[in-house]
Amino acid sequence: MELNSKVPDGPLDKKWTSHKGKIKLVNPANKRKYKVIVVGTGLAGASAAATLSELGYQVKAFCFQDSPRRAHSIAAQGGINAAKNYQNDGDSVYRLFYDTIKGGDFRAREANVHRLAEVSLNIIDQCVAQGVPFAREYGGTLSNRSFGGAQVSRTFYARGQTGQQLLLGAYAALEKEIARGGVKMYPFTEMLDVVLVDGRARGIVTRNLRTGKIESHVADAVLLCTGGYSTVFYLSTNAKGCNVTATWRAYKRGAGFANPCFTQIHPTCIPVTGEHQSKLTLMSESLRNDGRIWVPKNKGDKRSPSDIPEGERDYYLERKYPSFGNLSPRDIASRAAKEVCDEGRGVGSSGLGVYLDFSDAIKRLGRSAIEARYGNLFDIYKQITGENPYESPMRIFPAPHYTMGGLWVDYNLMTTIPGLYALGEANFSDHGANRLGASALMQGLADGYFVIPYTIGDFLADHKPDGISETHKSFLDTEREVKERLSKLVSLRGNRSIDSFHRELGRLMWDNCGMSRSKAGLTETINKIPELRERFYKEACVPGSGEDLNQTLERAGRVADFLEFAEVMCRDALDREESCGGHFRSEYQTEEGEAKRNDDDYCYASVWGKSEDGSPKLFKEKLNFENVKLQTRSYK
Amino acid sequence: MNLTLLVWRQETPTSEGSFKEYKVNDVSPDSSFLEMLDLLNEELEVKGEAPIAFEHDCREGICGSCSMVVNGKPHGPNKLATTCQLHMRSFKDGDTIVIEPWRAKAFPVIKDLVVDRSAFDKIIQAGGFISVNTGAAVDANSILIDKESADSAFDAATCIGCGACVAACPNGSAMLFTAAKVSHLGLLAQGQPERYSRVINMVKEMDAQMFGGCTNHGECQEACPKGISIKFISRLNRDYLKGRLLQIVQGSGMKAQ
Repeated sequence: MELNSKVPDGPLDKKWTSHKGKIKLVNPANKRKYKVIVVGTGLAGASAAATLSELGYQVKAFCFQDSPRRAHSIAAQGGINAAKNYQNDGDSVYRLFYDTIKGGDFRAREANVHRLAEVSLNIIDQCVAQGVPFAREYGGTLSNRSFGGAQVSRTFYARGQTGQQLLLGAYAALEKEIARGGVKMYPFTEMLDVVLVDGRARGIVTRNLRTGKIESHVADAVLLCTGGYSTVFYLSTNAKGCNVTATWRAYKRGAGFANPCFTQIHPTCIPVTGEHQSKLTLMSESLRNDGRIWVPKNKGDKRSPSDIPEGERDYYLERKYPSFGNLSPRDIASRAAKEVCDEGRGVGSSGLGVYLDFSDAIKRLGRSAIEARYGNLFDIYKQITGENPYESPMRIFPAPHYTMGGLWVDYNLMTTIPGLYALGEANFSDHGANRLGASALMQGLADGYFVIPYTIGDFLADHKPDGISETHKSFLDTEREVKERLSKLVSLRGNRSIDSFHRELGRLMWDNCGMSRSKAGLTETINKIPELRERFYKEACVPGSGEDLNQTLERAGRVADFLEFAEVMCRDALDREESCGGHFRSEYQTEEGEAKRNDDDYCYASVWGKSEDGSPKLFKEKLNFENVKLQTRSYK
Repeated sequence: MNLTLLVWRQETPTSEGSFKEYKVNDVSPDSSFLEMLDLLNEELEVKGEAPIAFEHDCREGICGSCSMVVNGKPHGPNKLATTCQLHMRSFKDGDTIVIEPWRAKAFPVIKDLVVDRSAFDKIIQAGGFISVNTGAAVDANSILIDKESADSAFDAATCIGCGACVAACPNGSAMLFTAAKVSHLGLLAQGQPERYSRVINMVKEMDAQMFGGCTNHGECQEACPKGISIKFISRLNRDYLKGRLLQIVQGSGMKAQ
């Protein structure tokens, strides 16, 4: 597998501008002759589909939900970063770039990250023009707040529903283009495979989830904007429908999958209450602006939090990381929470929880100020736990949230399959080994609004429309394979539910490829997964047929793909004999228990490709740092 | 907890549906309503029976997928909560719970509790946007918006498009949904150029999609999981009236005044 990152020459801050000036364009009259498929309608997909349609391309957009407005970007709470420096606190494009590179523990590509910081400015302008109701000051200007891993206030927000408002902005732009006829929308439609003709992505095979109909769609380029794979852990903050199928199918057709072991465990989620639990709920990182995290100093202290005097509380983030305190980056805060719980100082009935306490902030600012900032989050917490966070501290615990890994892409966002692109969380490009808060929304919109509209032209200009249709042999073959896979699943008549397998896999992955990983655990898991897969095909049960709405069949397909993907994830974690960002190998830590990176041997993106015999093979893209110095990441 | 469920089962859009009774035992009061249905569905699945089809995705009250009428109320008995945010501690051991899909002419049933809400997307397509292409924006802080208008716009924009308002309305009207979008954009400076054409086109599409008219029952506001106020309906009506008058005075060219 050839990994040419195609990073342009020249100084870092000129690369994107000079690249835009040099790459090929498609003339406006010719754009309408090209077809582009966009899979997924979250921030990346909706913004890409709308923008490409505005430019004149014929776009087909697909989502498995009943409306493009329901993609999981909708659930992002806290905010979106941009280097506007509206607060006059010393922010700049370079600083956002540097914070992101450092936050990612020096495992991201410099040029991509710098571009992200550059276009962050345009994103806010675009969203405001669309009518996104960001929070504002009394003078009418935009408000900002702080997020983890930064010492400036650069996060724009719309109460605790920033993702919703940004997605509704992109959705509105998409609906505008659907009404104009530039985009044909396929809701209730799941992509089940990519179709390659002569090694190039030329379309997809889909299943209509209402009728079960299998269909092929031809295009000149295919964009996968299908999000991340945190639901491999079963319990995560992701929506129930989130899955790895689109990107995994691309891998099976030859696309490289980069850094699959880089997963983000978010420090502030509502703890698990029991076996019935189907998902975990995030409490936005923005809460750490005003909430203080603590556990009792003494092991097994079961007193109610209000009975524990100040002197017997351990505000461990403030103690260990005085410069960043409660706003330490996610990987660090999660690990610190695990550590105090492992010591037996966790709170709540399971002992797997820490307090997030607002009493000081309420005393300082008043209850109404806290309500205005976080009202909806407090309501969510109360609904789920039945406890009132205005009166007693929240209990929180880390949970799988985001995946930095994804399909490998070059500077133009193209995967190793020509004509196949990956945008947003589905690619691996910008966050390295750990993503900073409020950067996912930024990246999704950067890719969709401001990167792909330029870079896709460079490819299409060299690949003129050629009249290939759905009756081409490659399409017929792929359709047949998809149908065979479905009929195998729909004939499963065992005595175990699909969800029970998903839970079993999730547990295995959480224990061995979650917050802490070890050689022994990973090796054992790699051996167990094929056995679990085998049992799945023997014991799972899928009632009904493939001819109509069959939600069990949908889940079966996704779990089947997770059962394959999980193995590559573990192999990646096993290969990376260092700790960096969200990847913590227990064998590689400092005396204080901090991640110990190994730049001499592991300063690369791991790219897994399917080898001839079907087994995963590791390729490497070496990361070159020309503008920042590799150093130990410290938030002390 | 042990419960009896009466669930609407309907195989296809055209087949006749009916209520079917199920018993669910050992439900944790901490589980959510949808997790209780998961439990039942897993039991049905391993028996080879068709599980109950229902929409859900984020399970944290923001995607707007879940859509069921629980004991006669859209999203169930709790105020300001979607079905996925309803927890079993809101019920008592031994309760009988009736579960139905949204009932509205504009939302035909697809299967069991799943309905077709594409009519909402059609209303948005008629004008629920600001016509600005990517790249055509000015610096964000060059548009000043007073905090009160920005907050009020947010209160309208918080709509999750679930359709509870339509399900609650005796007329099956989408007035609250439409008014929320009209108000969100109409309250902002950026939304002014298309303010009056937007409201007229969206209301026209609402009628075309077979939603009923609004006769001020206020049930929509009661059912809305996001607490969207019917004051936005008054606002829509004012804008609509002004838009129609402008149409008469100026012909088709409707400008913001």
